[in-house]
Amino acid sequence: MHVPDGFLDAPTSLGTGVVAAAAIGVALKGARRELDDRTAPLAGLVAAFIFATQMLNFPVASGTSGHLLGGALAAILVGPYTGLLCMATVFLVQCLLFADGGITALGTNIDLMGLVTVVVGWTVFKTLQAVLPKRLSMVAPAAGIAALVSVPVAALGFVLLYAIGGTVDVPLGQLATAMVGVHVLIGFGEAAITALAVGSIVAVRPDLVYAARPVLEKRALVVRSAPDRASA
Amino acid sequence: MKSTSTKVVAGLVLLVALVLAGVVSRFASGAPDGLTKVSEDHGFAHTGKIHDGVLGGYGGLTGVVGVLLVLGLAGGVTYAVRRREHDEDRSE
Repeated sequence: MHVPDGFLDAPTSLGTGVVAAAAIGVALKGARRELDDRTAPLAGLVAAFIFATQMLNFPVASGTSGHLLGGALAAILVGPYTGLLCMATVFLVQCLLFADGGITALGTNIDLMGLVTVVVGWTVFKTLQAVLPKRLSMVAPAAGIAALVSVPVAALGFVLLYAIGGTVDVPLGQLATAMVGVHVLIGFGEAAITALAVGSIVAVRPDLVYAARPVLEKRALVVRSAPDRASA
Repeated sequence: MKSTSTKVVAGLVLLVALVLAGVVSRFASGAPDGLTKVSEDHGFAHTGKIHDGVLGGYGGLTGVVGVLLVLGLAGGVTYAVRRREHDEDRSE
């Protein structure tokens, strides 16, 4: 879903750039709470993994492909603030070194594929975590659903921006239908990759998965309370 | 039960990323992605301008270079903003 230069007019691109810069500023502050000496080195790896996976376009419909966006995955693995920093790094390198996504569209791409997928992915995940049983086995499926939802919402975000500053007059209803339709299909790929990646790390080291920690802490409390009761 | 060390997990994630970028990327679909296809179908694909990237397109080797660069950049930024162990003592 990398937006090239020229799809959106200059004022809109400037606006998305300001939003992206502000979001990165907030994320730099927020990430400090998420990262400590143990988890900081992993954030770079999550960004590297997302960069690599974004290269892998999979076919979704006749003559159309899609790839992982990764915001939900990043937020669940390293936290939403750190996740946005990871995503912004990926888009910066893609734009400057690989001409993947326009230079004036960098803010647009950070907003749509980074900010929107991180915020939607994280919100859906936390909502599911609140209603589902507090078990580690629930983390990967919830991550998959969060990832699935994040992709068509990002596609709708593009339609909204196109309505504000698109350079060609296009019937917006048709544009929205087409964008959401194809990105629901891409969302299933996003869900599969996200659930697989999160599930793999939860299986070996759940404590390294940011979003799994509330479940682990609850479990640790139960274990600790048992001897206390026995001695009382 | 002995759990896998953080270094082993980190090494495996890096290995998977490098193999995906360096090898599996050759098998990626060359079809236009969702937005590109929609822009073609709805008549605004021609407005997209393509600039030159320093490394050109993704290939096996350039993909690996990209992975390492993203690792260094994102790793550097997150390492710089992390919470240090003795931060709490200093602020109080």
